[in-house]
Amino acid sequence: MADYQALQKISTGIRRDIIEMLHAAGSGHPGGSLSAADILTVLYFHEMKVDAKNPKWENRDKFVLSKGHAAPVLYAALAEKGFFPKEELYKLRKVDAMLQGHPEMKGTPGVEMSTGSLGQGFSSTLGMALAAKLDKKESRIYTLLGDGELQEGLVWEAAMFAAHYKLDNLTAFIDLNGLQIDGPNEVVMGVEPVGDKFRAFGWHVIDIDGHNLEEIVAALIEAKNTKNKPTLVIAHTVKGKGVSFMENSVGWHGNAPKKEDAEKALAELGGEK
Amino acid sequence: MTKPVATRDSYGEALLEVGKKYENVVVLDADLSKSTKTYDFSKTYPERFFNVGIAEQNLIGISAGLAAAGKIPFASTFAMFATGRAFEIIRNSVAYPKLNVKICATHAGITVGEDGASHQSLEDIAVMRVIPNMTVIVPADGVETKAVIHAIAEYKGPVYVRLGRSAVPTINEENNYRFEIGKGVVLKEGKDVTIVATGIMVSKALEAAEALAAEGINAGVVNIHTIKPIDKDLLVETAKKTGAIVTAEEHNIVGGLGSAVAEVIVESYPVPMKKVGTMDTFGESGKPDDLLKKYNLTADAIAEAAKEAIKLKK
Repeated sequence: MADYQALQKISTGIRRDIIEMLHAAGSGHPGGSLSAADILTVLYFHEMKVDAKNPKWENRDKFVLSKGHAAPVLYAALAEKGFFPKEELYKLRKVDAMLQGHPEMKGTPGVEMSTGSLGQGFSSTLGMALAAKLDKKESRIYTLLGDGELQEGLVWEAAMFAAHYKLDNLTAFIDLNGLQIDGPNEVVMGVEPVGDKFRAFGWHVIDIDGHNLEEIVAALIEAKNTKNKPTLVIAHTVKGKGVSFMENSVGWHGNAPKKEDAEKALAELGGEK
Repeated sequence: MTKPVATRDSYGEALLEVGKKYENVVVLDADLSKSTKTYDFSKTYPERFFNVGIAEQNLIGISAGLAAAGKIPFASTFAMFATGRAFEIIRNSVAYPKLNVKICATHAGITVGEDGASHQSLEDIAVMRVIPNMTVIVPADGVETKAVIHAIAEYKGPVYVRLGRSAVPTINEENNYRFEIGKGVVLKEGKDVTIVATGIMVSKALEAAEALAAEGINAGVVNIHTIKPIDKDLLVETAKKTGAIVTAEEHNIVGGLGSAVAEVIVESYPVPMKKVGTMDTFGESGKPDDLLKKYNLTADAIAEAAKEAIKLKK
């Protein structure tokens, strides 16, 4: 049974870290990081078998952030989990820092794949899922894609492959917040109906409220019980979730909060400093 | 010389050998397994072979994931699609994290022949060697190809291997040939000029050296099978010894072997150089031999270039 109170506290902490590290960095992507905070909270603090003291533990579950620009949410979760000290968060995007603007696997404990160029992280998870099956491991592979990312052709090459090879150890989340950098998805390049598209490609599809921790937990149970098919969890989310003036705002896709905005955001989020 | 063999055929044979030797070798193809010669591996080790369909970007992305999980993926398709269509996935998902992916691409160069320019990759050496962490190897014959495949299975890191469709003369002896990544091979010592060749042009360089000898010119021949990291020491040594260099490659003169050699020579020991390759142009349909003649990828063209390089000596 999940401890939802504890998880809620962690997700608030992750949101606080996102605001603080982006403010310190002076650039980066708050909107799509905040929208994914609850999903990563459940994955790292309820679902996945990982060992921060032994990041390369061979039987671990793996998470790949295919929407690599949401790096802050991943870094916040990894730091909270103990993969590296929290001080690293405040060096994000600075020269000589460990934490790069987009995730980099060589230098960052817990980062399973270097991502940032959209579609590629998702594609790499197919290789990880195949390898786990070849090695007869119980490991499960998770990835998170953005909704705008679905416009990449590679995503559909990958979707076709995952179903063809029956990768039921793979669960992909779509952070469906409806906005991308140039505007609403449906104005820039319509992606809907996402569920129908993936079902047509042979996936098991689950729709959830991506901010409801219980629904995220339930979706992961359903994914594990789904055999011979990969599972797609369409997480309906709010871009900028948790900070009123960032919510549903395209302007906060790729802009870091300055001092005043950061303070306002932290006051709204509450939680522990 | 023994009978001509296409390097892709030797690749297919070598895959069976490394597949047997290393359990973690896996092979991926994008619907061209009968052409790239990964087919035999797919029949011998079906559980370790993955056809991704006609999806070259995914071919490389999946390979990156397999390598991250400790496998040694050999990914094959035609050179055009491997290095062109999938370039950015190679750059960001393979080379940047230095993952252990072996991209073994066939049907490189103009000797693809009748399929024409859309399938004749004359830019792949250039685009692969510009990527940090990437090793670029162009075997000259079947014997070398086999040695290369064994060597890269041992080596940890991304490698691009450029293979051909058409049969080429065998210049190396199977039992005596020792291959080392990054170490050029002196096939003939010379005094007046050195021909530095790669891939199918190595045998033509040897022919050119013979023709030049008949005219009293003593040309050396060096096989640079590894374009990156290039054998700088050998190139400088040879520049000092003969004072003139001709490069020969079945590739655009822009960015390939000629450029790589020039980069070393101009910084370390400048001597006159001439480059034989396609002259910044696309190819066309035709029989491989007819195309090699039309695009001046011949022993005659190398010999001519050698004489011009010698003339440029002070």
